[in-house]
Amino acid sequence: MIMIRLENVEKHFAGHPVVHPLSLKIEEGEFLTLLGPSGCGKTTILRMIAGFEHPTSGVITLDNEDMTYLPPNKRDLNLVFQHYALFPHMTVEQNIQFGLKMKKLPVKEQRERIDEAVRLTQLSALTKRYPHQLSGGQQQRVAIARAIANKPKVLLLDEPLGALDLQLRKNLQTELKQLQRSLGITFIYVTHDQEEAMMMSDRIVIMNNGRIEQIGTPKVIYERPETLFAATFVGENNIFHTEDRLYAVRPEKIRVHHEVTADHQSGIIHDIVYLGNIHKLIIQLDEEQSFVTSVLDFTDQRTWEIGQSVGVYWAPQDEVTVGR
Amino acid sequence: MNKRWFGILSPVVLWLCFFMMVPMIAVVGVSFLSRDTVGNLVWTFNISNYTRFFDPLYLGIYWDTIWLSVLTTLLCLLLSYPLAYYITTAGPRTQKWMLIGVTVPFWINFLIRTYAWVLILRTQGLVNMGLEQLGMISEPMQLLYTKGAVLLGMVYTFIPYMVLPIYVSLEQMDKRQLEAASDLGASRWSAFWRVTLPQTKSGIMTGGVLVFVTTTGMFVITDILGGAKSQMLSNIIQNQFLSARDWPFGAALSVIFMISSLIIIWLFNRALRSKYESAKEARA
Ligand SMILES: Nc1ncnc2c1ncn2[C@@H]1O[C@H](COP(=O)(O)OP(=O)(O)OP(=O)(O)O)[C@@H](O)[C@H]1O
Ligand SMILES: [Mg+2]
Repeated sequence: MIMIRLENVEKHFAGHPVVHPLSLKIEEGEFLTLLGPSGCGKTTILRMIAGFEHPTSGVITLDNEDMTYLPPNKRDLNLVFQHYALFPHMTVEQNIQFGLKMKKLPVKEQRERIDEAVRLTQLSALTKRYPHQLSGGQQQRVAIARAIANKPKVLLLDEPLGALDLQLRKNLQTELKQLQRSLGITFIYVTHDQEEAMMMSDRIVIMNNGRIEQIGTPKVIYERPETLFAATFVGENNIFHTEDRLYAVRPEKIRVHHEVTADHQSGIIHDIVYLGNIHKLIIQLDEEQSFVTSVLDFTDQRTWEIGQSVGVYWAPQDEVTVGR
Repeated sequence: MNKRWFGILSPVVLWLCFFMMVPMIAVVGVSFLSRDTVGNLVWTFNISNYTRFFDPLYLGIYWDTIWLSVLTTLLCLLLSYPLAYYITTAGPRTQKWMLIGVTVPFWINFLIRTYAWVLILRTQGLVNMGLEQLGMISEPMQLLYTKGAVLLGMVYTFIPYMVLPIYVSLEQMDKRQLEAASDLGASRWSAFWRVTLPQTKSGIMTGGVLVFVTTTGMFVITDILGGAKSQMLSNIIQNQFLSARDWPFGAALSVIFMISSLIIIWLFNRALRSKYESAKEARA
């Protein structure tokens, strides 16, 4: 079943297009990520779905009902703000209770929902604290608890982990993903971190300049990028131009040999980057003006030196043709 | 803790305390003395100045004063909050102009502003003339020299004292919380009631104390707009020190008033205080 549908949704600010007409369908229970560089319109799309902005044209439906112009407080979905937007004068518990009070739920049910949200987000020990008495990661969890306690049909998350350090981020990524599985709520998640998008999403929407570049599962996005932007924004890629086409080859598909033979390309090692589990060779090709990157894993025991001449090879089926 | 003591003991602070305290101590001291027939202080300790206060005449004026001050504070609050709120919703340039507008009365001499109200309210004043012209009244109403005129003058004079602190506390609030409230299902009204208002308590508190304290101490407005009938405690105190030359009684009235003001402010503070404020202070 389709939970949210965007049909030719377009947004202008003061006459400038920020989101070009785009259409998107989000399935019930899906974890969909909007991925793109800063300023490409991710927040704007989320705010239109939440009801804080109205599309310049187009229709947004929730559960097959038109909600394009419905005010935010009438929509059965919740937004987790990038800046948390917790109420500083309320305790953790009161923050979570806010939405339940607005829904006028019976007090007993309010209690149960608070307890459940607090348990799922591991905040049980902190319910009586005020936001200023919490760490950034804990505040983030309160923002999530406050949203999920409402049991919305859809949860919108705007770079919820953006302000956190790497370790905390990694932990919360896993927690969030598990939470989404156990609740079965549809998630629309915004990030500009491609690794985060890859590990969490069912499908990724790659955006650039207010347009959708590609929609697909993480695997499809990684292995079959359709545009130059998609090919270079997610993971590393080697891009080759010939007269009639543009294609990409992932660094791990590039093979490097000590022997230089006539039927392969050849080049000189320009730099070697050691990254622990892998190492990268950056090779200046002889025939072209460009560099290629090759990634070798721990099984590679050969010795490489900067300035060394090497043969460079890849299989034709690893070439992915991309549009411009 | 160490830091705090250092602050108190620093010479500047000591000097300030000294100059603040000396007049207060003098007033308290004088209130226990008596005077001779020409008004000189006589150094005999007695509490008759305080017992004299419990005369129905003074008690009546005392209650009138408290009541007028409370009313002025409440009216200022009711008028200032919407105004301050409206200012914060405007763009930065408009905001600047509106704030200047609020403070404009400060630039004009206070006496002149108050006398302007006399021109408006007196029997041949703007209001009476206007209403007569419109045929709504046949003869002029007594507007000047009433308690209403005093209240009007007070509210008019002290509104800026209320608007500015409320404006500051509204400005400090992160407006994005209102979007969060709306997202969680709150109407505009409940968002205001549950999110905005509680976070501007400190502004209301500051403005309230400022207005209340200055109203109780104000005798010029009561003199000019209230006439002889609407005397306030501060007029009586002023009389004791100037025309009646009864300093000890004036001092006793001042002490009584100071203490009751402190009690009222304390009650006000307690009523508005929340656990959140306490938690915030505990951190500092
Ligand atoms: N209220 C507004 N008025 C005018 N322009 C706006 C407004 N909101 C956003 N924009 C513009 O729209 C574009 C997209 O903004 P948006 O916030 O959607 O980007 P984003 O993809 O969320 O970026 P980021 O990753 O930095 O959060 C930006 O160029 C921004 O300047
Ligand atoms: Mg954004």
